[in-house]
Amino acid sequence: MSNQQGKVQKMSAHDLTELLFAQEELFILDVRNQEDYQDWRIEGHRVDSINVPYFELIDGVEAVVGKLPASQKILVVCAKEGSSIFVAEQLADAGLHDVYYLEGGMKQWSEHLAPVKVGDLRDGGEIYQFVRIGKGCLSYMIVSGQEAAVVDSVRMTDVYEAFAKERGLSIKHTIDTHLHADHISGGRKLAESTGATYWLPEKDAEEVVFAYKKLEEGKSIQVGSTSISILPIYSPGHTIGSTSLIVDDTYFLTGDILFVASIGRPDLAGKAQDWVGDLRDTLYNRYQELSKDLLVLPAHFGSYVELGTNGVVSARLGDLYRNNPGLNIADEGDFRRTVTEELPPQPNAYQEIRQVNMGRLKPDEEEQREMETGPNRCAVHDK
Amino acid sequence: MSATQPSFSVDKMLDCKGLACPMPVVRTKKAMEQLAPGQVLEVQATDKGSLADMKGWANSTGHQYLGTVQEGEVLKHFLRKASQQETKAETKYPHTITNEELQAKLQSGEPFTLIDVREPAEYAFERISVAKSIPMGVLEQRLAELPTDRDIFVICRSGNRSDLACRLLADKGFSRVKNVVPGMARWVGSVEKQ
Repeated sequence: MSNQQGKVQKMSAHDLTELLFAQEELFILDVRNQEDYQDWRIEGHRVDSINVPYFELIDGVEAVVGKLPASQKILVVCAKEGSSIFVAEQLADAGLHDVYYLEGGMKQWSEHLAPVKVGDLRDGGEIYQFVRIGKGCLSYMIVSGQEAAVVDSVRMTDVYEAFAKERGLSIKHTIDTHLHADHISGGRKLAESTGATYWLPEKDAEEVVFAYKKLEEGKSIQVGSTSISILPIYSPGHTIGSTSLIVDDTYFLTGDILFVASIGRPDLAGKAQDWVGDLRDTLYNRYQELSKDLLVLPAHFGSYVELGTNGVVSARLGDLYRNNPGLNIADEGDFRRTVTEELPPQPNAYQEIRQVNMGRLKPDEEEQREMETGPNRCAVHDK
Repeated sequence: MSATQPSFSVDKMLDCKGLACPMPVVRTKKAMEQLAPGQVLEVQATDKGSLADMKGWANSTGHQYLGTVQEGEVLKHFLRKASQQETKAETKYPHTITNEELQAKLQSGEPFTLIDVREPAEYAFERISVAKSIPMGVLEQRLAELPTDRDIFVICRSGNRSDLACRLLADKGFSRVKNVVPGMARWVGSVEKQ
């Protein structure tokens, strides 16, 4: 690599993800608008960042050079990439050496999916978590023999298809644990393109305009020749249909009901007061009856601190009963207040996103991208 | 944002269609340098991000972002070059009325005339509904339109142009004139828009 002045390097969303998973040091200069930065930005264990909009740097970067570390990797970030290159080049001209720009900007960052292996299944199969790190969405692929099931798929379905193809797998089932409000589901699209069966809880599907198979408690779904079973458990609260899945008696896919650092919010369908009792019952009674050794795998994370080794987001159910603040609110009145009154802002365009997931709105690619802008905010403690 | 054609004149048009960030703002900055204070620049862009960025840039430089009109895929941003004096809060005319007092007068229903001396482009994007538009530059030719039997309140963006206007009106014999301070920049009451 040359150290020539004026030379900046690009960092892909993939490279940045690896760097964050490895908890390496990074300094980010985010040149988007102040509002955009405050709403949603890249964070990590050892990431420092500052925000100076690019339009304040058109005449030169002198004002910002003094705020940047001389001996650290510097990543310039903007919405799409153009302005970050513009600023990064000026920083290199000003004598900074280790300057990168984020390829494709926050737009590409929001769509990047990183598959990480969670663990093995008893018949030799495996379970993978697909981390959508920019937005905090988590989806899953359960592999057994030559078959796969995808749970809570995001709309970038080509990633699952490519992953399956590389391993010679055919996707037989796509499952949504609930009707999502923070991101556009890829479940139906993926099912259509692979010939898989699309599963959705009936109570969340009252207004959908497409065919689906009912995801019902106790009716297990088989993957692969040796029959890895996915056992649905009715667990309402985030939505009235929310259903959790126990995979191979070991892994517990909790959807948006229980997260590692928080719990689901009941208000995204406008029915917080009706569903708060369900949420309480699911978390404080139904889940309590399950084995504390189950490994909880949620559909979201709220902050980088939840990313574990190699990027996997998971926790033992028993540990969450000790440490998760949402599972430790003894008083029912306090619980009701926490999940209905002290909530973070709702995710961007959540009502439209629900309509899309019911098949009632059909936005184009660019409109879908716009709806999904920003963080997911599905948990009561997200900020 | 609005979809109707503006009813004011533009001094320069800058075509940034098809250009991605940061070019629309970079070119806007260059074009602004060629304009005289008070002139209006129209920037046509297709990059959606240009909307927030034009506002942000204008804010950070002190130029005035007037508004944006959307036509199909094209965003037409209107910006007005600010002059040095108008950002300086130096007023000499002694009779003033605050924004809040004007608001109370509006609600009381008592008769008065409100003159907005800003440029047509500024008036077009945001105005108090009862305000009559008489730009500072043509005020002297239009004195005949003004009443002598009631109060006249004069408003602009920041109280400077209206201060000049009040002094002009006082020189011409109008005795019931007051300058509205600080003016439209801080107006929180209801407004009409383009």
